[in-house]
Amino acid sequence: MPIEILMPALSPTMEEGTLAKWVKKEGDSVAAGDVIAEIETDKATMEVEAVDEGTMGKILVAEGSENVKVNTPIALLLGEGEDASALDAAPKAAPAPAAEASAAPSSPAPVAAAPVAPAPDVPAEPDAPEGTPMVKSTVREALRDAMAEEMRRDGDVFLMGEEVAEYQGAYKISQGLLDEFGPKRVIDTPITEHGFTGLGVGAAMAGLRPIVEFMTFNFAMQAIDQIINSAAKTLYMSGGQMGAPIVFRGANGAAARVGAQHSQDYAAWYAHVPGLKVVQPWSAADAKGLLKAAIRDPNPVIFLENEILYGQTFEMPDVEDFVLPIGKAKIERKGSDVTIVSWGIGMTYVMKAVEELAGMGISAEVVNLRSIRPLDIDTVIASVKKTGRLVTVEEAYPMCSVSSEIGYQVQEKAFDWLDAPILRVTGKDVPMPYAANLEKLALPSVQEVIDAVKAVTYTA
Amino acid sequence: MAATSGKTAGGRSRSASRTKGGAAKQAPAIADFTKEQELAAYRHMLLIRRFEEKAGQLYGMGLIGGFCHLYIGQEAVVVGMRMAARDGDQMITGYRDHGHMLAMDMDPKGVMAELTGRRGGYSKGKGGSMHMFSKEKQFYGGHGIVGAQVSLGTGLGFANKYRENGAVAMTYFGDGAANQGQVYESFNMAQLWKLPVIYVIENNKYGMGTSIERASATTDLSQRGASFGIPGEQVDGMDVRAVMAASEKALEHCRTGKGPFILEMITYRYRGHSMSDPAKYRSKEEVQKMRTEHDPIEQVRKRILDNGWASEDDLKGIDKEVREIVAESAEFAQTDKEPDVSELYTDILL
Repeated sequence: MPIEILMPALSPTMEEGTLAKWVKKEGDSVAAGDVIAEIETDKATMEVEAVDEGTMGKILVAEGSENVKVNTPIALLLGEGEDASALDAAPKAAPAPAAEASAAPSSPAPVAAAPVAPAPDVPAEPDAPEGTPMVKSTVREALRDAMAEEMRRDGDVFLMGEEVAEYQGAYKISQGLLDEFGPKRVIDTPITEHGFTGLGVGAAMAGLRPIVEFMTFNFAMQAIDQIINSAAKTLYMSGGQMGAPIVFRGANGAAARVGAQHSQDYAAWYAHVPGLKVVQPWSAADAKGLLKAAIRDPNPVIFLENEILYGQTFEMPDVEDFVLPIGKAKIERKGSDVTIVSWGIGMTYVMKAVEELAGMGISAEVVNLRSIRPLDIDTVIASVKKTGRLVTVEEAYPMCSVSSEIGYQVQEKAFDWLDAPILRVTGKDVPMPYAANLEKLALPSVQEVIDAVKAVTYTA
Repeated sequence: MAATSGKTAGGRSRSASRTKGGAAKQAPAIADFTKEQELAAYRHMLLIRRFEEKAGQLYGMGLIGGFCHLYIGQEAVVVGMRMAARDGDQMITGYRDHGHMLAMDMDPKGVMAELTGRRGGYSKGKGGSMHMFSKEKQFYGGHGIVGAQVSLGTGLGFANKYRENGAVAMTYFGDGAANQGQVYESFNMAQLWKLPVIYVIENNKYGMGTSIERASATTDLSQRGASFGIPGEQVDGMDVRAVMAASEKALEHCRTGKGPFILEMITYRYRGHSMSDPAKYRSKEEVQKMRTEHDPIEQVRKRILDNGWASEDDLKGIDKEVREIVAESAEFAQTDKEPDVSELYTDILL
């Protein structure tokens, strides 16, 4: 029986990739450890090595195929003594539909495109005037473009962090920046979060505009003293003389199967502190418009990205210098029966849930907070006064969460308009487990959002 | 066991400044001061001494609240370095910061009024003793978290290199802070990127109540940069001339692109860690010995008199002027108003 070679998963979050090149052709002999193909993930181009030896019998997925799902059979390897006739005996692998569709020569995209996230029929509040041309962008590209544009605009802006320069970013966010701006402005740091965060804050106090990338915000815990005690408080402690115009950005929250120490969402932690602004983008437009605003902001801004969102593609306005205001929420979808407030990756559950809810005749208004601090509670209140019901959705722990704060403010300011208790859908109150089934349980789900909405609307 | 002999503050040896660990050349250990330099040093150190005595007095009267860490005894460490520095060089330090601010020519009125929490203070009364800044005078604080200023000062040096402005970040911390992790993270980056930063370790022998011998596995702090290849020297921090000579050398090292330099200033604080410290961890005799034998101001005073550069009366005149400046600052700090209540919500964000 020929051996099936499957599309490998090359990162914790990889679901599909591009089969960039076959190094071995049909008929070539293959030894264990030989490079047989190159696969492009959303983060990097990786070489795939053979595990078994034999002869390359049949290539099932052509070179250049995009969106090849992990675990799709991509080739058949003939073992010792087998010839091509054995191929007929091989189980018929269902070819990946995407692979067939794009077998034709495709444009060499630098990163694999993921399907466009479900967009509401009509954006409730467009970020640009009607008729503005739209462009597709991944969150990753949006972040990179935001930094590049701001670095072109202001020579005092520089990027520092682990692997941001020569490696092109651990998550490829800073791809190309070293080439354009050079090592003076795109700086690889040692693995020394506490030190380089303090260094960045000092440089900001001296008037530069650092962008400090944390590979993930879990590692920023080592540096949180400098973020809170130095960056956030100095403006006040100096009577307004000097502050820290600095952006701390990077992946925040759960990725996939990386366990308890790499999966925490810190939005509530930073949102607690006066002197900081906290931004948590969902879409590519959020990412680009808010990051550009954060870099221009004279205050320290915590910019919480999410690894799973990096590869997702969204429509965004194709305008020059696209900047969004920090502290302003966006109504992503208008509705009348219930208000759902979410932000960051929480929005992915919400946007799927509202489609199903619509099918059940429940019209949900979706508020994408975008910023956590300042919190645009006015937009939330206005929506709740219209719908009378509120569900919040986030991946963070429930205790003392952003949801807790929203719930408190809404009962304070719109008590008489509420027709049901406020419900929240959050991550569970446990350290993130590793096991796939437990991890799934620890995170919110679309069904939990639907159930919460049904509960507050008293729908059977 | 690292030897600690020969590092006593106020050693009279001419080789008060010793270079180790790096390729730095041996500089003259003690600068030859002119009459003008001696008098300027005397006046500046005396201002700090009298200011701190007054601050201690106001604290005792309940006019200064919270923590108040006096600099008495360590005056030569900031004055000698300031004499070697240029305009544009920045200074940053921890919470024992009053002397540094006066050395950077910040207005004693603004400093004292901050201590009393008044609106005319450098931080409008919102920072207090440990958190004061002056962008105009290139003083970057005033930091209450032990060791935090070391990374921040490294960032000031980074900005200098980025802007190629030739300035040096004089980053002060104590023997206590020298055991914080971020100090070494900073050393590594500073040497890796050749940042113009002088790390000035003010070794006054006690991190609050714990002597350096009880806190540090190696007590020669000038060598704490050895694993990064940062040259370091021990300096008699009670002799303003030794401080200036060592500072000139370190500043030159930084300005010529050679990266950071460590100066361990062997010094002594006469008062407790803070105003509320009974100082049971050391003997009165130890303190008294320092005061009588190694006082930084008395050393200068004696040289001035011995050289006939000024008379007792002349020096009394300087003392009187200094006392007037301090009295004026104390008067201002007591009569100036507290900040307006509206200031509670200002300066949080720009």
